[in-house]
Amino acid sequence: MNRNIRILGVALILCFAALFVQLNRIQIFQQTELQENPNNMRSVIRDFNRERGEIYTIDGEVIAKSQKIDGQIKYERQYPYGDLYAHSTGFFSFQYGADGLERYYNDQLAGQKETQKYSSFKDIFTVTDTSADLTITINHSVQQAAKEALGERNGSIVVLDPRTGAVLAFWSYPSYDPNILGSSNLQAGEKAWEEFSALPTSEDPRLPKMYREIFFPGSTFKLVTATAALTSTSATLTEPEFEVRTTYTPPLTTLPLQNYAGSTCGGDILEGLRVSCNTTFAELAAEVVGAEFLIEASEKFGFNSYLPIDLPSPAVSIFPDDFGSQVGETDAEPPIPILENTPALAQSGIGQFNVKATPLQMALVAAAIANDGILMKPHLMSSFTNQEGETIETYKPVIWRTVLSRQDALSLQLAMEITATAGTATNLAIPGVIVGGKTGTAQVDADRPDDTHGWIIGYAGPEGGDPTLAISVIVESVPGQGQLTGGTDAAPIAREVLSVALRIQGILE
Amino acid sequence: MKSRNRNVEFFLLLFVAILVVTGYVLASLGRSSSIPANIVPFLVGILLLLLIAHLAVRKFAPRADYSLLPLAGLLNGIGYFVIARLDKDLAGLQATWTLIGVGAFVATLVFIPQIRRLEQYRYVLMTIGVVFLIMPLIPGFGREINGARIWVSLGSINFQPGEFAKIVLAVFFSAYIVEKRDVLAVSTGRRFAVAVPELRHIGPILLAWGVSLLVMVAEKDLGSSLLFFTLFVALLWISTGKASYLVMSAILFFGGALLAWSQFSHVQERVDIWIRPFNDPTGDGYQIVQSSFALAEGGLTGTGLGVGNPENIPAVETDFILAAIGEELGLIGTTAVLILFLLMVGSGLKISLTSIRPFEKLLSAGLTTLLGFQAFIIIAGVVRLLPLTGVTLPFVSYGGSSLLANWILLALLLRISHESHRGQIGESSSMAGEK
Repeated sequence: MNRNIRILGVALILCFAALFVQLNRIQIFQQTELQENPNNMRSVIRDFNRERGEIYTIDGEVIAKSQKIDGQIKYERQYPYGDLYAHSTGFFSFQYGADGLERYYNDQLAGQKETQKYSSFKDIFTVTDTSADLTITINHSVQQAAKEALGERNGSIVVLDPRTGAVLAFWSYPSYDPNILGSSNLQAGEKAWEEFSALPTSEDPRLPKMYREIFFPGSTFKLVTATAALTSTSATLTEPEFEVRTTYTPPLTTLPLQNYAGSTCGGDILEGLRVSCNTTFAELAAEVVGAEFLIEASEKFGFNSYLPIDLPSPAVSIFPDDFGSQVGETDAEPPIPILENTPALAQSGIGQFNVKATPLQMALVAAAIANDGILMKPHLMSSFTNQEGETIETYKPVIWRTVLSRQDALSLQLAMEITATAGTATNLAIPGVIVGGKTGTAQVDADRPDDTHGWIIGYAGPEGGDPTLAISVIVESVPGQGQLTGGTDAAPIAREVLSVALRIQGILE
Repeated sequence: MKSRNRNVEFFLLLFVAILVVTGYVLASLGRSSSIPANIVPFLVGILLLLLIAHLAVRKFAPRADYSLLPLAGLLNGIGYFVIARLDKDLAGLQATWTLIGVGAFVATLVFIPQIRRLEQYRYVLMTIGVVFLIMPLIPGFGREINGARIWVSLGSINFQPGEFAKIVLAVFFSAYIVEKRDVLAVSTGRRFAVAVPELRHIGPILLAWGVSLLVMVAEKDLGSSLLFFTLFVALLWISTGKASYLVMSAILFFGGALLAWSQFSHVQERVDIWIRPFNDPTGDGYQIVQSSFALAEGGLTGTGLGVGNPENIPAVETDFILAAIGEELGLIGTTAVLILFLLMVGSGLKISLTSIRPFEKLLSAGLTTLLGFQAFIIIAGVVRLLPLTGVTLPFVSYGGSSLLANWILLALLLRISHESHRGQIGESSSMAGEK
């Protein structure tokens, strides 16, 4: 009998050994796999039960904070300015994850960077609040000015410091209140989320259009075409002179391309930029610069790649990279190949056809020219501070690309400044400072052939000094609004925002 | 020997009290960064409870094994501070049930001075056991909670008679097998490699099998069903040592399991969840998937007491309490629980080995099997080694009936242990004859 009892004992020991093996599998060997399972909400719950860093503007306004609450979740995320910073901070939701800076800098805000977790020896043994506070480059006054200037018109405003890439204002209307999504009232959050999701994408206020929506850039793109021309040395500001006319018919087509409102214009590139002459830039693109240089220039500005901004999933601005095979060449010296799609190339040269850009991308075009050809990496992060108030990380400006030579940049600055003082962008001019600009009036889409968005991109700075601001504004034409133009609709908004920013910078009284 | 055993037990119990109070304070610190307000009453309470149990053993079973009471106390204590960290209201009830459990433990020691007396009442006990088993099926009396009809309502109190039935039936099985041992162990013709017992000898197994099937089918209680059957087979094996019984039992078990699987949707569901829990991670598989997440979250060392999030595992206080332990105390914690149970199994089987009379031998082995195997099948369910069978983790899980029954079980084991040592001294000469 005792032998049988011992065998029973061995059987039970084997049972427990099997449990031990299986526990090892789950707790150790499959640990990472299970933790990363998309159904595993534990990381979210962990994040919600832990204090999360605050987000400040550069001038010290709290725009996102953790509030301790009673309930299953220990903290809820609050955004004191409601919709004002929604597209920058994004949201931090229990059910829907996170977006914006909340997502991009989640590890730092949550204190989960290894360098944060174990910044000193004692951290290995003690539980401390390792979350970091994020200060962003946006200036509260400029951001508010942007919101007020745009009012209740659909559109976006991006203001950068071209010298550093720092974003000073980042506004898009319509926006939304991220408090609802960050709230511990999950039903309210769910309701709001479903209402947003029921809207067409273009009307969804969660969409940060300034970096995730692409539009025809229209005539603002002429600066890229001009850059391609100057870089390829096929033209200068004053050479060649284009015919003064109302229409231009590119090779291989009989469909003429018209100037805005049937106007007549021509002359050199400087004149073409000043009055925003379509015929000049269409011919310049199709028959003087050619596809190769235009594609190269647009891609140097950032088209066809993800912009290196510190926000999740920026949209890629697009410039067509294929205009078909060569079917002939122009009479010019050197000759420019005529491609199957040269008519499309002509349209692309004035920011139509398949050219589409985010407002952020167009702000970078202005910034690169304003910064003498050097494009700084755009960023929102300024610094991280730990809970003891020590700065643990500070942003150092990084050159992203050299887009054009200083000489060419100065040429384009001259053209933009003339445009702002005596061209289509006079509404942008601010007395006492140097302002350069380029307007754009861009078609909406094929369904509404007559309606247009109004664009302006430009820069401003002290007289006799480097530009300190670059801006991009688009005012969208919602159905029924008809034709908006850069000069009358977008430029005044940009001027107001620039004025506020210039005062903050101490350049304007 | 006698007083040394009890003194060791006393110091082990002090150690248990320290461990449990430490766990309780740590859980509170982890949860609310504060030392619990009732820390002094808690400390006094746990010391008093353990002291009462200890004094009862000292008085009524002084020669008993010294490790079982501290082991049970520690498991009960671990369960308590994990429950207290999960749900304050349940913790209050669990404390009350622990008090009642210890009371029952003392009462069992007092009112059953000799285990052999139970042997005489085997058929009464069988009747009680069967009544306990079918009680939940009586209309208006039994209640179905969470899909298992294993509850009985008496006024405002719900309890699971099955928890007591298993002890009573263990006594009956032991007595029955001892009575029929000669018949059961008789050798039939060994014409084949495995001896084939005659039909009348298979009868008891078929009966046990039938009862366990009934429990499974009528009450949808897979765990208890498996437990009863295993208990009976284990006792049969110990008394006869006949492999043929094991083979036959295995055939019957798998046959029954296959039958149940093919006939009952709730069994199929359990099996599906077991094989592919991640097919429906938010529906049917939710519980087991959450349990796996909790265990993985714990890793080797755990998140720390009170710092994890085991709350979102359904039934975490009862069936899935090991997942909560695994999350907050890690593999180290779950392994510790496994070791505690193994130590209990070891001590229980040691009692069985040192017992003289076959009835005590069988009963102590049976009770140990109940304890160890119940722990195995629920943990195996939690870690996806077996389909989930919804029984409690003895001493650890929340549950009044379970706690009460297990404290009684423990008292019976200690009673047998005490007698086996007394037996050794008085009848050591007869040891040689027993193999």
